[in-house]
Amino acid sequence: MPLALSPTAIPVIVDEAKCIADKGCTVCVDVCPLDVLRISDLTGKAYMKFDECWYCMPCETDCPTGAVTVNIPYLLR
Amino acid sequence: MDDFIDGLSEVACDVLVIGGGTAGPMAALKAKQKNPALNVVLLEKANVKRSGAISMGMDGLNNAVVPGYATPEQYTKEITIANDGIVDQAPVFKYASRCYDIIQELDRFGIRFQRNANGDYDLKKVHHLGTYVLPMPNGETVKKALYRQLKRERILISNRFMATRLLTAKDGRIAGAVAVNTRTSEFLVLRAKAVILCMGAAGRLGLPHSGYLFGTYENPTNSGDGYAMAYHAGAALANLECYQINPLIKDYNGPACAYVAGPFGAYTANSEGKRFIESDYWSGQMMQEFYNELQSGKGPVFLKLNHLHPDTVGEIADILHRVERPSRGRFHTARGTDYRETMIEMHISEIGFCSGHSASGVFVDEYARTTVPGLYAAGDMASVPHNYMLGAFTNGAVAGEHAAEAAQETDLPDYDPDVVRFERTRVLAPTRREDGIPPNQLEYKVRRLVNDYLQPPKVTSRMRIGQQRLAEARQDLETALVARNPHELMRSLEVSSILDCADMAAHASLYRTESRWGLYHNRIDHPEKDDENWCCHALLRKVDGRMISEKRAIQPYIVPIETEERTAYERLRVSNQA
Ligand SMILES: Cc1cc2nc3c(=O)[nH]c(=O)nc-3n(C[C@H](O)[C@H](O)[C@H](O)COP(=O)(O)OP(=O)(O)OC[C@H]3O[C@@H](n4cnc5c(N)ncnc54)[C@H](O)[C@@H]3O)c2cc1C
Ligand code: SF4
Ligand code: SF4
Repeated sequence: MPLALSPTAIPVIVDEAKCIADKGCTVCVDVCPLDVLRISDLTGKAYMKFDECWYCMPCETDCPTGAVTVNIPYLLR
Repeated sequence: MDDFIDGLSEVACDVLVIGGGTAGPMAALKAKQKNPALNVVLLEKANVKRSGAISMGMDGLNNAVVPGYATPEQYTKEITIANDGIVDQAPVFKYASRCYDIIQELDRFGIRFQRNANGDYDLKKVHHLGTYVLPMPNGETVKKALYRQLKRERILISNRFMATRLLTAKDGRIAGAVAVNTRTSEFLVLRAKAVILCMGAAGRLGLPHSGYLFGTYENPTNSGDGYAMAYHAGAALANLECYQINPLIKDYNGPACAYVAGPFGAYTANSEGKRFIESDYWSGQMMQEFYNELQSGKGPVFLKLNHLHPDTVGEIADILHRVERPSRGRFHTARGTDYRETMIEMHISEIGFCSGHSASGVFVDEYARTTVPGLYAAGDMASVPHNYMLGAFTNGAVAGEHAAEAAQETDLPDYDPDVVRFERTRVLAPTRREDGIPPNQLEYKVRRLVNDYLQPPKVTSRMRIGQQRLAEARQDLETALVARNPHELMRSLEVSSILDCADMAAHASLYRTESRWGLYHNRIDHPEKDDENWCCHALLRKVDGRMISEKRAIQPYIVPIETEERTAYERLRVSNQA
């Protein structure tokens, strides 16, 4: 069966102006229990790659620059 | 990251602890402290810094047995009654006797517990009979405190490795485990003299109403891998039909949480704002009353705080929005729910296996030993009922100490390399396909089947149909599942555990032909509790490749229960409402 992509609104937002991943930070990627965050090759900033979030908040709590915001996922808002 | 790397390495250690959430770090610490010469490895699917149920900390101990408030005998009695008598008391009693030491040890780690004006621990009553809840004012620091200890003891930590199967020696003794890197899919064979399973609940079994696969009550990395691995290694699993079902905030997957708010005067209410249960402590009987009220004309059910002083509500909100599930505050704000004004709508969770909250786990004795020599289990996945966080810490400690002793007396067992070869083929199969069914869809289907066919109230013919549909899903798992990167491969492996757990849930539920534990095992076509035939454990195991269940007698009680005490948890409904 061939695969297609379906869009999904993701809950975790990174403020690229604040993110210092380009200076080597990977804290949010390291701590996320579900391993859903990555550093983008394109922008050099952190982003949510997989929509598999527990909205647990270590990413936001541990980010040294306050760049991460965890929102409540749309379907349960 | 996220590209497949073909690789296999092998390491040997004395004690291997799998799962670095709550029980695991304590097990590793205690094994090392027992014998500092031992090589102790702690393997974790996520990152030990922020893994497990306590990732963001906890607001309190739900089951502290503290001198002056309760004795181990009283606690053992309460847990026996709350579990409808199906309890081997020795492990519960051992926990109850040991947990006070562990509280003091956690205190030394820097975790504070609430004290009264005299400086004594200040416990709260939430259970039906005794007083066991101890708030933790700096509960958000738990994980940090544990991590410091792991570093101090030089425990070897391997993050982002997912264990997939256990290895056994010819004589049946445990020999180690196979693990896969979740970001590269490289294999790691870990040989060990003793293995401690601390992989938490099977939290991704039922599907939450929100439709989000990861919107579970339990930390979703706990996909039941521990249950599946124990099963395939031949270990017995106890009373899996005694599901975990929890009362939660409607739509939000956190507890409401009566354990925190109750001692301040909040309570669970119906739509008339009236109390309908005597005790907010989570038991199967309580969940049945909760379910009845939900289904009744007086539903839905709420947590009621709006009668409390606004400052008190503020104090409660401060706790609930800081630790454990801190995004709960955002959820309520977005909905415009002000606890001072409106009651908080509640609902019941999806089903899971968990001994931390219920009684479904890998069968263990008072030394945390499973039925496989050299294999231990602790925390939510081990069969000590209603064990919660302090149970995970305490029994993790018990397991670590015993495993260290056992490892000292054993040579490193050999394993069969064919088993590892076979496991590599099994694990990598979804990566060999060009297209097929992605893990998220197969997972959704399996978990929807769990909701439709296995959730209580349980009906025999419905569960049988469920088994057939699950068998079809297994066919898809074996022939069509596709993983395009290591992350998807991790999810594929998780689906395999979830499906194993679903099969076990159906099998175990069909085996026990009575109703017990309130809603947890409410079988409509066997509505009565049948003490004559079923006042025993039901153990599930894999024998010659097949799933079997058998009865096992309960160990004679060490703390006797009077006849009139036995039914205390059956009288939870507020009497003027009955
Ligand atoms: C939302 C919530 C609120 C709670 N509130 C309270 C409370 O207030 N008070 C209280 O006493 N108890 C509370 N509990 C219960 C308590 O937190 C748990 O009983 C306890 O933390 C369980 O510990 P554990 O070690 O068994 O599991 P966890 O701490 O969840 O650890 C399991 C670990 O195993 C890892 N793992 C899973 N599969 C694999 C694999 N295949 N390979 C490698 N690693 C793996 C996971 O990533 C995880 O880190 C709560 C639980 C939850 C979920
Ligand atoms: S932790 Fe913060 S600064 Fe660091 S990579 Fe993530 S978003 Fe960027
Ligand atoms: S909220 Fe939790 S699961 Fe979601 S991205 Fe942050 S750390 Fe990961």
